[in-house]
Amino acid sequence: MVSPAHFIALSVILFVIGAVGVLVRRNAIVVFMCVELMLNAANLAFVAFARLHGALDGQVIAFFVMVVAAAEVVVGLAILTAIFRARRSASVDDASLMKY
Amino acid sequence: MTGTHPLILAGSAAETTRLVAYWILAIMSVAAAVGMVLARRAVHCAALLAVVMLSLAGFYVMLGAPFLAFVQIIVYTGAVLMLFLFVLMIVGISAADSIIETIRGQRMWAALTGIALLVLLSLVIGHAVIGPAAPNSAKFGNANVTSLANLIFTKYLYPFEITSALLITAALGAMVLAHRERTAPKLTQRELAARRIASGRPTPLPGPGTYARHNGAAMPALLPDGSQSELSVSPVLSGRPGETPRELPGGPAAATSGPQTARSLAGPPSAPGGQEAGEQ
Repeated sequence: MVSPAHFIALSVILFVIGAVGVLVRRNAIVVFMCVELMLNAANLAFVAFARLHGALDGQVIAFFVMVVAAAEVVVGLAILTAIFRARRSASVDDASLMKY
Repeated sequence: MTGTHPLILAGSAAETTRLVAYWILAIMSVAAAVGMVLARRAVHCAALLAVVMLSLAGFYVMLGAPFLAFVQIIVYTGAVLMLFLFVLMIVGISAADSIIETIRGQRMWAALTGIALLVLLSLVIGHAVIGPAAPNSAKFGNANVTSLANLIFTKYLYPFEITSALLITAALGAMVLAHRERTAPKLTQRELAARRIASGRPTPLPGPGTYARHNGAAMPALLPDGSQSELSVSPVLSGRPGETPRELPGGPAAATSGPQTARSLAGPPSAPGGQEAGEQ
């Protein structure tokens, strides 16, 4: 029997994989993709908890998370193209002019 | 069980089906997520992320959220991932991630942090009492969309309205950020034509070769003297690692570089093997 605990455990695993990807990867686009994976994992937990409690609030929150994620991707990728236009690179290590 | 979605069935056979579907989708999504972190090329990452998102849509169906499942496919897999792919095409499809660690020991610390996070979250989840799902109702079946709409337009009306402000701001921000200020006046047709004539190559670049056995865009065209024209292959294709312009079967071994090839158009057909390579 598939209980909500199964889905919550899976969302934990996916969230951790996404977090490790954010820490490890150097390409800014792939870092963004890993952030999306983390948001998706959180969404899965929301939907699982909605099923657990028998209320739809979790699904509404997941819906809002999707909207915010879409807005975040639009702005983030616009910043990325602006950086790429200035530096010809999408690596997160190259945008370090303000470091020193 | 009137009013429930046909996807949410009762009975032990349906439970077994759900269990099998869960494990297939779970293994698939975790494998794709791990592959996304490990894949060197950003395009492969995007494809694997699509797999994760589609299996999450399957999970949403199993959890009684058909509306979110379709939004997941349409918004995430359809729009967000396509946006990623567009930007990947702009930024450069051949840009592989560097494997050089810029911070010493970063991978090890990232792995340790990941394990620590996994342990922490597992402890939290393990200590929580997660009971069985609430009894099935029409809210998780046929009436899902109407129930969601009821919630969004009553209890969550203000967050929903604020979302519209967020979307407008995001659209405006994307336009401002992606806007490029023109620093030089726009070139006219006359100036462009003069520049082209002055560049020494007024004609268009040659197209790729079309042969009986190969007609791929990576095949260089043959010049009258039998040499291959590097100009006929897009630099994106020839710049890919492991994708050097292939030798034609029976073609000359020596491939000349771009400008010389272009100039040799006018030269006499001197290279040996030109006749054999020209037969198609």
